[in-house]
Amino acid sequence: MGTIEKDLLLAVSDLHQIPSGAFSIRENGKGVQVNSTENIQIIPKGEGNGIDIYIKENTKNESVHIPVIISKSGIEELVYNDFYIGKNSDVLIVAGCGIHNTGDSKSSHDGIHRFHLEEGAKVRYVEKHIGVGSGAEKVMNPVTEIEMGERSELTMETTQLGGVSYSERETFATLEKQAKLVIKEKILTSENQVAKSKFRVELVGKDSSADVVSRSVARDESYQSFFSSVVGRAECFGHVECDAIIMDKAKISATPEILAEDVDSKLVHEAVVGKIAGEQLIKLMTLGLCEKEAEELIIKGFLS
Amino acid sequence: MLRLENVSYKIEENGKERYILKNVSFEVAKGETIIITGHNGSGKSTLMKVIMGIIPVSSGKIYFNDVDITEMTISDRAKLGIAYAFQTPVRFKGLKVNDLLTTAQKTNSKLMEVCNYLSKVGLCARDYINRELDDSLSGGELKRIEIATTFARGAELNLFDEPEAGIDLWSFDGLISAFNENKDEGGTNIIISHQEKIMGIADRIVVMDNAEVSMIGNATEILPQVKSIRVCAKLKGDE
Repeated sequence: MGTIEKDLLLAVSDLHQIPSGAFSIRENGKGVQVNSTENIQIIPKGEGNGIDIYIKENTKNESVHIPVIISKSGIEELVYNDFYIGKNSDVLIVAGCGIHNTGDSKSSHDGIHRFHLEEGAKVRYVEKHIGVGSGAEKVMNPVTEIEMGERSELTMETTQLGGVSYSERETFATLEKQAKLVIKEKILTSENQVAKSKFRVELVGKDSSADVVSRSVARDESYQSFFSSVVGRAECFGHVECDAIIMDKAKISATPEILAEDVDSKLVHEAVVGKIAGEQLIKLMTLGLCEKEAEELIIKGFLS
Repeated sequence: MLRLENVSYKIEENGKERYILKNVSFEVAKGETIIITGHNGSGKSTLMKVIMGIIPVSSGKIYFNDVDITEMTISDRAKLGIAYAFQTPVRFKGLKVNDLLTTAQKTNSKLMEVCNYLSKVGLCARDYINRELDDSLSGGELKRIEIATTFARGAELNLFDEPEAGIDLWSFDGLISAFNENKDEGGTNIIISHQEKIMGIADRIVVMDNAEVSMIGNATEILPQVKSIRVCAKLKGDE
């Protein structure tokens, strides 16, 4: 693995070296390294277009890293990763994709992740997307489908902080009784990048809850769209928040949709788009920062 | 240290000029604590903002250590040694108390030093250092963090706009001690206040009325007059 690949690996999965636990590293369209553990089995799909991950029930405090790296220009791939998370397990899953493109051809990674959480399973899912290099387009279209069994919990932290030319994220989740879903999305777009996010959450079971929070910053002439739909089909709680900072000549669209199909469902949607408050800039300037430095600190904090 | 010469700020209202500040002149010596008091709308906060460079002057000059700072930016004035505590502190989503305090400090801060500033204003550093400066903090907590941030600047001149606003009775004495401590260390302060206890720490008091300085003098001379004005105002129902 060269320096570019190592840097990408570090950026998307915070890994300085090959991790000790279960992992699968995909590089330039091919799975290059796979490691299973006693409790976590990773099986590459026959067609070479993804992996199946089986996590035994009661697996606690273990992690799975499945980074994807594309450092060659012109690679376009569609990958399916299926996660089967056993009863009462508690695991960390770190995914992410880094594309380095200095060539003339578009590079893209479309990752379809399907999560099946059994009763009482608990998952923290961290996903980072990054694009570098001044070449052709760097495209990522992640699809996440989540089936949450009774009392299961999933926290999904998804981050895309620059360099991705085009992304279209789709997340679908179905929650059974007492299941709990938390999604934290952070997006930064600049130049003429486009980032679209679509969430559909169905709260089917009694006392299920979902909290979807998106924070984003759109600079230059970039475009972002946020669409969320939360459906309540039982006594449940759903909260969706889109909080965006708009700068320069960027455009942001936020479309809320809440659909209550049960008299006991409580659904809330908040959407705020605005520029950085003048008083925030002034405050930081009174601490000695220039306007540009103040702006950077505010954005860094907002997306931290 | 600070010299204001005929500082005026005027706006246009319904086609007419209105002075928010009119020919304000006074000097502040190094190590002095000046309290500015006066009715609401008399121009006190505007005066602070003009000194910090948040509002430009319409005419007049401002000198800081004999340097003409009238046209300087806010950040240049901050770098030169002026710190400013907002009357209503600003909230930030995502930024933490620690971020603000370390930004405020000139040198690379040690955690201990940062915590000291919070302790000075009666906040337990361990509980607050990693708190976000968002809606989860109460107005009073935010106000005390604002004051701590201002002290953290270690500036030659501190400007405080109504530091007592929103501070509960229990923390008030701590606030007075923090000011006294700063005074003992040779700090120079301009404080807008209506509180007699805070006025008690003043070397001199400036009274503003209708955009102008109506009285200025040693605290011992001015304080009794301020008290009698306030008694009259109370009798007239103005206060």
